[in-house]
Amino acid sequence: MENFNYHRPATVLAAAAMLKKSKDGKYMGGGHTLLPTMKQGLAAPTDIIDLTAIKNFGGIKVSKSIVTIKAGTTHMEVAASKDIKKAIPALAEMAGKIGGVHVRHKGTIGGSIANADPAADYPSACLGLGATIETNKRKIEADKFFTGMFETALKAGEIITAVHFPIPKKSAHQKFPNPASRYALTGVFLSQDGKGKVRVGVTGAAASAFRATEIEAALTKDFSAKSASSVKIAAKGLMSDMHATAAYRAHLVSVLAGRAAAAAK
Amino acid sequence: MSVVKMKLNGKAVNGDVEARTLLVDFIRQNLGMTGTHVGCDTSQCGACVVHVNGKAIKSCTILAVACESADVTTVEGLAKGGDLHAMQAAFKEHHGLQCGFCTPGMIMSAIDIVKRNGKNVSEDVIRRELSGNICRCTGYHNIVKAVQAGAANM
Repeated sequence: MENFNYHRPATVLAAAAMLKKSKDGKYMGGGHTLLPTMKQGLAAPTDIIDLTAIKNFGGIKVSKSIVTIKAGTTHMEVAASKDIKKAIPALAEMAGKIGGVHVRHKGTIGGSIANADPAADYPSACLGLGATIETNKRKIEADKFFTGMFETALKAGEIITAVHFPIPKKSAHQKFPNPASRYALTGVFLSQDGKGKVRVGVTGAAASAFRATEIEAALTKDFSAKSASSVKIAAKGLMSDMHATAAYRAHLVSVLAGRAAAAAK
Repeated sequence: MSVVKMKLNGKAVNGDVEARTLLVDFIRQNLGMTGTHVGCDTSQCGACVVHVNGKAIKSCTILAVACESADVTTVEGLAKGGDLHAMQAAFKEHHGLQCGFCTPGMIMSAIDIVKRNGKNVSEDVIRRELSGNICRCTGYHNIVKAVQAGAANM
């Protein structure tokens, strides 16, 4: 790993100023993607701005209709939150399936979403629940946030500060984990709100998380496992790699959506 | 180079490190404590697990400078004098190891599992929560048995 200047700001304002001043700086949350990437020589930032010492950067607030998770909240904190388990049980369950215990102790929701790994779990929850991502500059709808492989709507220097999830009537998360990495080979997060509107977020299948609108339409008509699993997803545009072909991933999307529809509560 | 200070197994320690120095390298190379192992160096195998502020983490995936003022416990901090910690004793009793390379990480993870799930933690939870610790020789049956027995005695 190349050496770098290390900064540990106490405020979001200071963090943004440090990044601006650096030649090629990077923000770091739990560091569980950035540090391995740097070890492999795939990233060599001049400065690391560690966001984890920022005061009040983490925390969970559940109101009547919204679950707000601040950016520095770890996956373990979300998985263990009694309030989230009550409000959106599928969200707590999903966080409990990210990586292993040690990863969940360090990894943060803000880091995961900003990194936008095509196989990360949180992007599917953001799309499947219709979340709003709040930064130090603005609020961004999840539908406009994930723009490509490791690409988001974030501008240079922008910092995610919180994610707001509307509380649905019911929701569920299903994932086919890659047995080696526990990343989603494909994962589906679906929800239905009080008005019957269905959202289906998919991760791991394409370059970026996306909404399976065909399955949403089918579930809006008939909310059942069969209705979701009988939708045929086109393999065109999905990822193929040593782990699974595009056709296999397309098949997984329908199968997992069916299981999620059956499990939704 | 900058000086990093932390508490390791209850003792104040410090050392000169580069920003890129990993916690595991600080522990092994600066402090000469080799109980914490480096297996894969890619955040997967769990041989390097230590506790930082009471939480089990992979010390190959955290910077030493990020542990300024932290409270760190390694496998060397578990035994009291000549008496093994209940979890160490259980691994010995139940043959929860063969070559022993993964054992420090297994034991640190096991204690964390018991802390969060209690003395009566189920076999299912133990197996699921040990997914970040890889053993390449015994298989996991005796390790899981050891964790369950150790939990009961903690």
